[in-house]
Amino acid sequence: MLLPESIQSLITALERLPGIGPKSASRLAFYLLRASEDVAQDLSVALANLKANTAFCQECFNITEAGRERCEVCESPKRDGAVVCVVEEALDVLALERTGGYQGKYHVLQGVLSPIEGIGPDDLKIKELVARVANGEIKEVILATNPSMEGDATALYLQTQLKQYGVHVTRLARGLPMGGDLEYADQNTLLRALSGRQEMS
Amino acid sequence: MPKFRSFRADSVVLRHSDWGEADRLLTLYTREQGKVRALAKGARKVTSRKAGHIEPFTHVTLQLAKGRDLFIVTQAETVNAFLGLRDDLVKTGYAAYILELLDRFTYEEEGPNPSLFRLLIESLERVEKESDAWLAVRYYEMRLLDFLGFRPQLFECANCGREILPEDQFFSFTAGGVICPRCGQGLPNLHLISLEALKYMRHFQRSSYRDASRARPILEARAEQGQSIQKETEVLMQGYFTYLLERELNTPGFIKRVKP
Ligand SMILES: [Zn+2]
Ligand SMILES: [Zn+2]
Repeated sequence: MLLPESIQSLITALERLPGIGPKSASRLAFYLLRASEDVAQDLSVALANLKANTAFCQECFNITEAGRERCEVCESPKRDGAVVCVVEEALDVLALERTGGYQGKYHVLQGVLSPIEGIGPDDLKIKELVARVANGEIKEVILATNPSMEGDATALYLQTQLKQYGVHVTRLARGLPMGGDLEYADQNTLLRALSGRQEMS
Repeated sequence: MPKFRSFRADSVVLRHSDWGEADRLLTLYTREQGKVRALAKGARKVTSRKAGHIEPFTHVTLQLAKGRDLFIVTQAETVNAFLGLRDDLVKTGYAAYILELLDRFTYEEEGPNPSLFRLLIESLERVEKESDAWLAVRYYEMRLLDFLGFRPQLFECANCGREILPEDQFFSFTAGGVICPRCGQGLPNLHLISLEALKYMRHFQRSSYRDASRARPILEARAEQGQSIQKETEVLMQGYFTYLLERELNTPGFIKRVKP
């Protein structure tokens, strides 16, 4: 059966989203078709506002309201400008903020190095990070990229770029997952858990 | 797809992407089934026991079960994590190049190729172990071209068929081999290839890895010339693969960017 143009174009658009295959895309499209008018209306308004009403913080590249130069964290006098936590995505900032335990600032790379996907240093906000560090206020950089091949490669690259500034560079501690079993741990996790072991007081 | 409901797969993880809420979609090259895609459920959760076993480059034994559309990873145990490939960005780049070539040239459901699987493992081991990846990568390219049926003609002119004499030559991507200087005069889109570079390429095409390795000390002894031969062969081979694929490769640009 040939689908009407308007349904097909919605399916095609949904398919381009991460983690959505052709089947999920069709399911969502047909759900919206059957759902009441305001479901589709709310969604289309939210989508239109998404780009129009947001901007990137010019200091840390976190998401902020359109028209603002800097985000709430960067503006806050309570945050410690000597410590910067480097993350892949704005969502990671949200996760760290939820803990309430971090008082420093952030730097959002807006991605991660990936040789296979062809994402190199110039595709990320790395030059901007180096420029912030070169300014001299920052004393410690915490690399909080994900514990993956890409996250490790990014951390390694940042380390080489930041070395010349004499800033203290640390990597977020990694270890065994809570509730995990030693015998199931992979080599990488075990080695890192060993090297990051802590004194029991 | 195999007939069994579940099977054990000796695998290398070629690439991964996020899928759904917390899953990861893996592209694998397996000894048993060639290229397959499989879903690792919950692999993005911090508590996942599988996640560390299914990173790119990892040689891993997987238990794969047939799901509705895709295979599902039910067990994972690392054979070799190739951690040495992850401590050095240039090696990361070359390992990624090895995986990218394999990923681009193979298709799901074309069946297993155990020798190609062995070449993949051996090449990753060599890049990890050796201080300079050049030899391991060039050797891999030559063998890969053999497996794919694109073995370049390096001993006779690909145009007139006459034996290649010891002098600088041309290389043609379209003809898939060397073109002698006499034929080369009138033909478009040729690439220069020096006598020295051709000598190494021939050597890699005909020799075992152990024999090919003997070429390295000679290259190192003549450092400057050695470097220019390395560069010449690298550019030529990447050009040939790009021509065969009809599109750009991602990894050479990355390698160039992270090389000191
Ligand atoms: Zn900010
Ligand atoms: Zn000829």
